Formats: sequence, C-alpha cells, structure tokens
Amino acid sequence: MPDRAEPPRAGIASSPMRARGWRDLAFAGAPLVVLAAIAPALYGNQLLLFNFVTFLALAQGLNVIYGFTGYLPFGYVGFFGAGAYGFAITVMDFHLGPGAGMAVAAAASVVLGMILSPLLRLSGAYFAIASLAAAQALYDIVSNPALDDVTKGPYGVSLSSVFAPDLSYNVAVGIFAFATLLVIWLRNARFGLALRAMRDDPVSAAMAGFPIVRGRTIAWLLSALIAGLAGGAYAWHISVFYPETAFDISFSIFAVVFTLFGGAATLLGPVCGVVLLYGLYNAIGITVPQYFQLIYGLLIMALVLFLPDGLASLLTRRGIRVP
Amino acid sequence: MSRDAAPILEVTALVKRFGGFRALDGVSLSLHPGEVLGLVGPNGSGKTTCINVISGLYRPDGGSIHFAGHDIGGLASHALARLGINRTFQSPHCFLSLTVAENVAVAAAYGNGGEAADSDRVLAELDLARLADRPAGELNSAEQKRLDLARALATGPKLLLVDELAAGLNPTELGAMAERLRALAAGGMALLVVEHLMGFIDKVTDRVIVMNAGREIFEGRLAEATRDPTVVQVFLGRRHGG
Repeated sequence: MPDRAEPPRAGIASSPMRARGWRDLAFAGAPLVVLAAIAPALYGNQLLLFNFVTFLALAQGLNVIYGFTGYLPFGYVGFFGAGAYGFAITVMDFHLGPGAGMAVAAAASVVLGMILSPLLRLSGAYFAIASLAAAQALYDIVSNPALDDVTKGPYGVSLSSVFAPDLSYNVAVGIFAFATLLVIWLRNARFGLALRAMRDDPVSAAMAGFPIVRGRTIAWLLSALIAGLAGGAYAWHISVFYPETAFDISFSIFAVVFTLFGGAATLLGPVCGVVLLYGLYNAIGITVPQYFQLIYGLLIMALVLFLPDGLASLLTRRGIRVP
Repeated sequence: MSRDAAPILEVTALVKRFGGFRALDGVSLSLHPGEVLGLVGPNGSGKTTCINVISGLYRPDGGSIHFAGHDIGGLASHALARLGINRTFQSPHCFLSLTVAENVAVAAAYGNGGEAADSDRVLAELDLARLADRPAGELNSAEQKRLDLARALATGPKLLLVDELAAGLNPTELGAMAERLRALAAGGMALLVVEHLMGFIDKVTDRVIVMNAGREIFEGRLAEATRDPTVVQVFLGRRHGG
C-alpha cells in the first residue's frame, strides 16, 4: 500500500522528461524549422524546396501514426488529396480565400480520418491494404466526370486567383513546424509513451489503464490532419493540378520509405530520410530514372535486411539517444 | 482476515461461450479484501477464461460480476484498471521496446485513477531497480514475469488476478514470489491466483476453488480438496475416485 507520509511523485511527465522535450525543441526542432524558413533566401528553386518541406511534413505526419502506434497507412495520400481538394473546392466553388481553404483542408482530412477510423480494428498488412483501398476509392470519387461541377472531375483544377508562392511556402513551413512540435511532444510526454506501449502490446496497455481505442484514434486524426494541411498548402502552392497528382500513390510510398529509412518514432530519423533520399531522387532520379530506381530498390532491400529500424538505430542500438 | 466484511469481488453464475463451447458454465465465487483465493483445475477447465472475463478481456455471456459494489461485467480493461482491478498474464505481456522504468511508468500514469504511484518503490520491491534503464525485451523470462507484476502493481490494485506467475520460476524465485503475494494480501489486497504448482498454491492461498469443464466442483482448503472424491476423479481418473 502506498505510504501517505511520503511526498507524491509527479508521475511520468515529470521534470526530466519535460527538460528533454525542451532540449529536443531547442537543438533539433527549432533549427530545422528555421532552416526550412530561410532556405528560399539561400537557394533559388522554390518549388523544389516546397516539395522538400511537403515531404518533411508528410514524413513526420506518418511518423505520428506509424512510429508511435505501429499502424502503417499505405493510403496516407488519401488525406493529402482530401486536403488538396478541400482547399480547391473552397476557393473554386465557394470563391473564398486561401485561409478558408486551409481550414476546409484541415476539416476534410479530419472528417475523412473519423470515417476511416474503424479501419484501426485491422492490423498489420490488412490495415495497410484497407487504407490504400480507401484512398483509391476517394480518388475515384473525386476524379469521376459526373462530379465535374464540383471537383472538375478528371480535368484538374486551376486556382490561379489565389496564387501566392511565398505565402504558401511559409504556410507549408508552419505545417512542418506543427508536425515537428507534435513529434517532440509525443516523444517526451506520457501520451506518446502510452502509445508506444500500446504498439508493443495493446492488451497490456489497456490493463495499464490506457484507453487504447481513444488513444489510437487521436494519433490517427492528428496524423490525418498533418497530411490534410500539407495537401491544402500543396494545392495553394502549385495551383494547377489533376486528381492523379493530388492522389499520387508516390506521396504515400515516399513518406513511408523516408520515415522507415531514417528511423520511425524519432524526430530526426524522418528528416534524414527526406533529405538523403529525396535529395538523391532529385539529383539523379529525374535525369537518369533507371539508375535511381536501381539504387532505390537496393537501398530498400538493404534497409529491410540490415537496418529494419532505420538509420537512427545505428546510434540507438549503441545506447546513444537520437532526438 | 476480514471475512465478516463485504466481499470486494462477487462473481455470480458467470457464463462465457466460444461458439458452442461453454468455457465458463455458471461459475460463482467471492473474494474478500486481504484474502488469497486459488483457482485450480485441469487444463481447459476455464481458470484463465475466468480471469480474462473479470479483467475485461472478454465480455461475459451471462451472470454478473460485482466489484466493490459496482456491476463491472463488460467494462473495458482500462476502466477496470482505474477502478482497481489488475492482473498478470500467463506469458508476460511487457512493452518490449520500452525500458523497465517506462513499462511501470505507463501503468503508474494511467492506471492509478489520478493518484501518483511510487514507481521506484514498485521496481525496488520486485528487484527490478538495477534493470530500470534496460529495454524490457532484453530481460529473461523470470524478470519479465516480475515486470508484468510490477506493471500491475503500479496501478495500485485492490484486486489482483495472478495467472500462472510461478510457472518457470526456480525454487528460490518461487519462495520469494509466494512471500511477495502473501505480503500484498497482508496489506489488504485481494488476490485470485491461477496456478498448476500445488506447492505454491498451498503456500499462498487461504482457500481454493477447483474447476472442471467451466464449473466449480470444490471449494475449501487445498488439503481437503485432495481428499474430495470428485476432485481426485477429475485429476487422476475414475479408478482413483474410490
């Protein structure tokens, strides 16, 4: 029985954990976001930088659901597409500004996440496949010529009236900052710890008092929200796109591969994955795609065989903490 | 022993079906604070199912479960943990990628109904303090069993369901575990212990219920159970039944 005379301890979100969170923010999170914000002043290709920031946000968003709960949504692009079309429909059909567009992008992805939350009852490959099918279904609805009046169907949308490349770039950086904060919080708060406990053993996590259905739904909706916001900013920035652009499965695959390559459930792992692999993709993937695909394939094989927990595990398995 | 006080757990005519199979076929039992009740019986007699239903892993198909006055049949595990019911698992369910300290911290943070539990003391009591920073996946099976118990204790339970905690422990560890469980009972906790090792049951329990095919066939002291003809028949076969 607990001894009442002893001073109660603060529990898990106690000062060492909180201090660690502030350290991660000061020395890893904040510098990354600042770097992303000033990058256009250092390098001229803003669209390329925008794509980098989009993938950084998407990789961290996927990290929230995969890294902390173990659910791997191959249909993650569905939230991205929902955000992009939420933005487009608001601007195109309702003639509202980009602020309203971003709000609708966020709402669309969260509502889609709620609709798809029963998928969380599945696990492993079944969940991955079901989420992919859901994203495909949404693509088929959006691109259906019968919805020409609403979504412009397969003919694509043009949002030139609100085109603002600098502002939309900064909004994307803001979304990346939000995703970064979220991952730092999850890594250093008791909620994230409980999610990782649930990833290891849901039965035991429930017995530890953690409401597992609510916990995984919150992680799922937060992850969906990041992708939806990223999709909204993407629609705003590129301003002309087709359903197959916004629902391109490459968004899912890249986000998954970048996150796994760098190391899920860490802050820096997915960032390293994006910088190295998306950098490689841009260096050789566009000029000599066949070499790129060869290298990519070999990399993924090597990763699965030798480093299933990503680059970060090179350090963590030696007892070095990676932010 | 406060046998005259109200029971903390009262299970009445509990039924659990899996398809056409009645794993629990009308089990009733009651347990007082500070009491250790043993649940014994052959494999498949429904002991673990009984614990799984009381701890919210399965919904009961009939009967009722009352805990400290609340009807708790069908409540989710996390709600039961917060009410003060916890359990260990036959094969330990640790959070393998988390450290030992984190394993206990999760339970202390979420399972204790808002009260701050002393994780350090739980770790020390179960001889896990020196392993606190090791990932649970690196522990051996005896250590994982102790960690499973530590996770349960960190929620500050009033009722602890213990499922084959002794299996696989060496004689020294067995003795220490028996003393630990007795100490918990002495502190007012009610314990329901499922176990095959009769020596352990004898040391730990105040009374036993013998189950067979989802029903209770004997209730009383273990020494009396070994003289009961029905019990002997179930365990050893008809010829020994006398």
